[in-house]
Parts: sequence; C-alpha cells; structure tokens
Amino acid sequence: MAEVLLKAQDLTKNFGGLYAVDSVCLELMKGEVHAILGPNGAGKSTLVNLLSGDIMATSGSVMFEGQELTKLPSYKISHCGIGRSFQKTNIFPKLTCFENVWLAAQSRQKTSMRFFRPARKMADVKELTMTSLKRCGLEARAETVASSMSYGEQRQLEIGMMLATQPRLLLMDEPMAGMGKEESEMLVGLIKELAQDYTLLLIEHDMDAVFAVADRLTVMVNGRVLETGTPEQIKSSQQVQEAYLGSEGGF
Amino acid sequence: MYNTPRPISLLLGFLLCVLAFYPLYGDLVFGSKASFFMSKLTTIVIFAILAMSLDLLVGITGLVSMGHALFFGLAGYVLALASPEYEAASIWYILPLVLLCCAALGAVVAFLTIKTSGIYFIMVTLAFGQMGFYFFNDAEFSGGSDGMYIMLKPDVSLGGIQLLNLDEKQTLYYLSLACMVFVYMVLRMILRSAFGQVLIGIHANEHRVKAIGYNTANYKIVSFVIAATLAGLAGFLAASQYGFVNPSQMGWHTSGYALMMVIMGGAGTIFGPAIGAFVFEILHYVFESFTDHWLMLMGAVMICVVLFLPNGIGGALLSLVQKKETTGEKNDG
Repeated sequence: MAEVLLKAQDLTKNFGGLYAVDSVCLELMKGEVHAILGPNGAGKSTLVNLLSGDIMATSGSVMFEGQELTKLPSYKISHCGIGRSFQKTNIFPKLTCFENVWLAAQSRQKTSMRFFRPARKMADVKELTMTSLKRCGLEARAETVASSMSYGEQRQLEIGMMLATQPRLLLMDEPMAGMGKEESEMLVGLIKELAQDYTLLLIEHDMDAVFAVADRLTVMVNGRVLETGTPEQIKSSQQVQEAYLGSEGGF
Repeated sequence: MYNTPRPISLLLGFLLCVLAFYPLYGDLVFGSKASFFMSKLTTIVIFAILAMSLDLLVGITGLVSMGHALFFGLAGYVLALASPEYEAASIWYILPLVLLCCAALGAVVAFLTIKTSGIYFIMVTLAFGQMGFYFFNDAEFSGGSDGMYIMLKPDVSLGGIQLLNLDEKQTLYYLSLACMVFVYMVLRMILRSAFGQVLIGIHANEHRVKAIGYNTANYKIVSFVIAATLAGLAGFLAASQYGFVNPSQMGWHTSGYALMMVIMGGAGTIFGPAIGAFVFEILHYVFESFTDHWLMLMGAVMICVVLFLPNGIGGALLSLVQKKETTGEKNDG
C-alpha cells in the first residue's frame, strides 16, 4: 500500500478565466480505492480527463509508475496502463458486446495495421475479450447489440471495455450515475471485486457506495482539493461538513 | 456486418454471371448496338471500382470525401505523361507507377486533411480536388482543358508474348470485370482484418477508439491512402478505355457522381456502391435519352432514395434478408 502509483503535482486547467482544476495535488497508492467527492462543478470530471489525456493540462505534471504523462495524448496514456470509463455512456452502440470489448482487447496487440488475416482468428485477442466480458458480468450478452441492452448493462460494458485494455489503474467517472438501486448494488459488488486486483480512482455521488468501497477520499470544491483522508477523517472533518457534506444533511 | 448473407452472395454471383456472359448474349439482345453497350458496361464496371473505393472512406471509416476523383483523374494523367511517345508502355512498370503516384498524393492529402472532420473534411477534400482540376486545366504540358491523348494503350506482354490486347473491347471488358472482383475481395479482406475493425470503431465513435489506445489519425490516413490507390486503379482502366484524359475526370462532378453512387447503393456495404454505380449509370443513360437535363431527374431519384431507402439499395437488401433470417429477434437500434 505504501507505493505511490500516480502522482499529480499542481495540476491546473483553465478554460479562459475559469479554473476548472486549480493546482491539484493527488497521490494514488498502489492497490487503493480512492474516491473523489465534490459538488457539481468542483472539477472532478475535468481532473479525470486530465489524467486520462482527454484534455491537456494548462500546467502541472502527472507521473505514473515513474513515467511522465503530462503531455501525452489519450491513446498513449491507455498504453501506459491507465484505463477509464466515462460519465456519459461511451460505447459503440451498433456493435455487439463482444465486438465492443474486442476492439478494446485488440488495442493491446503491437499494431492493428494488419490487413490480411481475419481479425477473429487472433486467439489471444479472443481470449482477452472473453475474460473481460466474464469479469464485467456480460458473458451471456456477448452477441447482443449494445444499444438494445439496458442502461445498467451498458455501464457494465463500459467497464468491460476498460478492463480489456489491461490497465493497472482504473479511472471511473461516476460508474453508477443514473442507475437503479438494484443495479447500483450489483455495481458496488463489481467495484469491490475489481479493487482486489486494480488501483481505482472513483468519482461518485452515491455516498453509501463511496463509503462502502473507498480506502481514501479526496474532497474537491471549486477546482481545489479541500481535504484528503480516510473515510473516518473526512466524515469528521469540520471543513468538509461545512463545504459539502453539510448541504447533503446526512452527516 | 462482416459476413455477406448467403442470399446476397448468390445474388451478387448471379449478377456477375450476367455481366460475364454478356459477350455471348449481347448480339442477340442488343443487335448492332451490342458493341456500344459493351463499352458502356466497361465504363460502368470502372465506376463501380471507383464507388467501392470511395465506400472504404465514406461507409467504413466515416470520412465523406468530395475530392475522390482527384485520384481517378491523376491516374489517367500519370499514364498519359509517363507513357513513351511512340510505343506502348509496359503495364508492368506503368501500372505500379500510376498506383504509387495516387498513393503518394493520397498520403499528402490525407496528412493535411485528416485532423478535420464532418463538413470541414468535405470542404477541404473538395478544395484539394479542385486544386488538382485547375492545375491540370491550366497546365501547358498536360494539354490544358483539352487534356491528353493516350495513343497507344498499355502493353500487357511477358517475355515478348502479348498476353492481353487492351485495344480489344472485350479484353478490356474482362480485365475491368476482374479488377472489380479483385477490389471487392480486397475491401472485404480489409473489413475483416484487425485494421478494418479499427476503422469500423472510428466510424461509430472515434473518441472511444482513441481512449482505448488507438492513434486514430494514422488509421484514417492509411484508409485514405488505400482508397486513393484503388481509385487510381479505376482511373488507369478508364484512361486505357477512353484513350484520353482530361481535367473533367478529376473535377467535382466526378467526385459527386461517385458519392451519389455510394449513397444510392448503400454506404458501408461495399457491394452496394457497385450496384449503385450500375443503377446510376443506367438511369443516366435512360434519362439522357429523354432530356439534356438528366441531372434534374437524377436529383429526384436521389431524393427518393434518401427518403425511402436511407441505407441505399444494399442496406435495403441486407435488412430484407436479415428480417427473414432472425424473424425480428435481433433489434438493430
């Protein structure tokens, strides 16, 4: 637990005069589940987008396993071992589950600039696809067209695609957003399982879920880190209660 | 998406037989016009190759190019310019040279345009197409707007023995037909390959493809280069058939016709655009026999296709077959 997997230093992103993420420092320990909390507009998704390379930081740096990621585009960061899922479901709606996950698994090949051999004959990609489908619980839905599945299943598929890229760190942007109670419970179970093998950075609004799975929490407000600590520390923090939890009325 | 359903394969096989046996029944059906129609069919088959090559961009990769004829026309100019003046060029060096030039220009255009998407990509490819058009239209060395003659058609011989005589209409017809089948096979192979999977993903959701670790720009560039090269093959055959090349072959009209063939036939199905080429050119011939304003009628047909067959003829055929096969179980939302 002591080893630092990812370290963000003074990470800043401004859109014109708006500082969406403002000098954020964040350390992720290997093997932990780290949740980010904060009200709407706190900069949580922007932070994840910075870490995954979907947007470029204005300043600051990100180190992952001793490698500098700061200016890398998203496809390179994916190959460094960081996988992500999106807040808004981001899949290939017209393809089947299998085809969705296949494409993610195929990205682990040295190159996909191969023109002659039928793709489906690549046994290792097939195996990785099937393991990932099994892991996210969609094995039985392999041949179902993604757009015809329930919303919850599409969120599972999103996770399956992320797993197929063989990451060591998972960035999950509100995996439970918009889910029903039953689906959320299932997903909390899935996240707990994943936590045994991966390091997780989780953005989540569902407090019960967050406190059930997270080892450490970071609370963000207005693009800045307010406090980082264990769930107990955060629950009892005066500062956090005033800024955020107080408004929820639950703590 | 990857396998052509059996009834469609049978239909395509049947249509191919109809084409292949034309020399046998052409005289009986069309009498003295049989030879004219064979030339017409050769032209259509060549357009089918052009339309299929464009489908790799439009239907598979999701890049709508309005400058695809640039490579079609360039092939003709390279053939005309690189052929010796008083003897036929050997196909063994002239064809690779033509394809190489088209691939090279394709790489340059792709490199400069690939960062754009949607309407911007359409406009930039249109601009490159028109640049080519005006370059050859105004250039002295290539005969300006009159274009150039290709006096002697490429020579296909091996060890001094002539294998094919491209001056013979029938030989050129069969060569074009063989090239059409070849291009279809190549595109099917690409679609099934690892590379093709990435292109399908890019069409569906490029952002996601990037996020799972692909440098999508490279895949789009390679797809553009392949499409340009295959368009070059079509252009080579066309110039060999006509015996001349002029700027209008690379103008935006030609690009537009190719795009209409793709839309009529069904983008993304590969076989569809080939059928689209036949339908378009046959309608063209029929409409032109009524009126000089054939494009007006063609426009009406296009509107009907977009309204009633949004996935083109190929898409309609596919859904017809799939409905029968799965009896409504698969939901294609």
